[in-house]
Amino acid sequence: MGAPDYSIPGSVAPRPVSEAVSDAAPQPAAGAARTVAAVLAESQVEAVLDELERDLVGLAPVKQRIRDIAALLVIDKLRMNLGLQAETPSLHMSFTGNPGTGKTTVALRMAEILHRLGYVRKGHLVAVTRDDLVGQYIGHTAPKTREVLKKAMGGVLFIDEAYYLYRPENERDYGQEAIEILLQVMENQRDDLVVILAGYKDRMDTFFKSNPGMSSRIAHHLDFPDYSVDELQQIAQCMLQQRHYHFGADAAAVFHQYLERRIRQPHFANARSVRNALDRARLRQASRLFAERERELGQDDLTTLLPVDLLASRVFADTQL
Amino acid sequence: MMTNPTGRLTQGQFSFLPDLTDAEINLQIEYGLRRGYAWSVEYTDDPHPRNTFWEMFGMPMFDLRDAAGVMLELRNCRQTFPHHYIRLVAFDSTRGIESITMSFIVNRPPSEPGFGLQRQEGPGRTLRYTLTPYATARPEGERY
Repeated sequence: MGAPDYSIPGSVAPRPVSEAVSDAAPQPAAGAARTVAAVLAESQVEAVLDELERDLVGLAPVKQRIRDIAALLVIDKLRMNLGLQAETPSLHMSFTGNPGTGKTTVALRMAEILHRLGYVRKGHLVAVTRDDLVGQYIGHTAPKTREVLKKAMGGVLFIDEAYYLYRPENERDYGQEAIEILLQVMENQRDDLVVILAGYKDRMDTFFKSNPGMSSRIAHHLDFPDYSVDELQQIAQCMLQQRHYHFGADAAAVFHQYLERRIRQPHFANARSVRNALDRARLRQASRLFAERERELGQDDLTTLLPVDLLASRVFADTQL
Repeated sequence: MMTNPTGRLTQGQFSFLPDLTDAEINLQIEYGLRRGYAWSVEYTDDPHPRNTFWEMFGMPMFDLRDAAGVMLELRNCRQTFPHHYIRLVAFDSTRGIESITMSFIVNRPPSEPGFGLQRQEGPGRTLRYTLTPYATARPEGERY
């Protein structure tokens, strides 16, 4: 039905479209890559992996897993080039770890890596929380969740603090509806989007326990370990370098002491706490310089954090220095 | 005289061509998304040429990056209204344009009876023409 049986004068009769489509069926292309190196060169994934290695301190197990995934994707690509069966692997992931361990940062990189390897078409990241998925009243949740999913298609959907989706204490909670829609799309449109769930370890474990369907559809459970003091120190150096600051004499040692104290205190949020501490040090440095109205300030004065700036912290309050 | 020998509705883009396949529709959507258009799905069973306002199937889809989202809605719409006309509409929200820039039919009923032309004689030798779809004789929802 439907197709006109006439042709426009002076042109060839319309070819049945189905024929045109079958031409494009996957065949082992002549010029396709045959070696790992060729695929790597084509996709430039190596550059992203190196960047990951360079920019992210610590996180050895996470990096190893990302390398494994990247290797699988490269090998699959080679298989596909030879015409072997290579079904799209399930790439949904869960990132668990304490606050500030770099879950969002890695998710962003993940989108980039998957895009370079050609497993997501656009490589953008849509970061959402419960509020973006779950509605306020009956019939609100499904369209809302669908809209987010549609926006994320061709990229990565990153659900931060995913355990909030499921509230066991309220059985009429709309979160369950959102989870069902998510599961459906995760299963049926595996090549259209990759879902990454993130959250604290213990709460995510309860979440997966009460939603076994979700757990089984996620192939990669990545656990982000806490940073050691040395790693945090390294992170601090990186952060300062990016913002054109540096530690003055002894300041690095003082910051090390600061970290050792801070790590034992409650609400320690790894890299995020480091960033906050540095931000406060910058504030103190600014007001220290501000107080000296008449002094001429050179580049060195403006970029150096002195021990004084760090020692004024609340963390050192109980010691006489 | 037969102006439309295939009896197909010809409205919007590509309507003189054979029906687009899903792969081709996908390419058109991608093109629109690259230009920053917002796609929406509309359906009707009253395809009079002057009936420009078709029913919306869901909201227009802003901020999409990939055609898969639009195709998902299109599949839903085809499932819900298999015997209706369905079209995809692209809206350009650029200041100063703010209007529809693309529109094409992606689903047709199995048979399209077409339109009847009625002539009404007026004063003098005036003739008034009215175009009536044969299908609209039946109530909404039972037309095709």
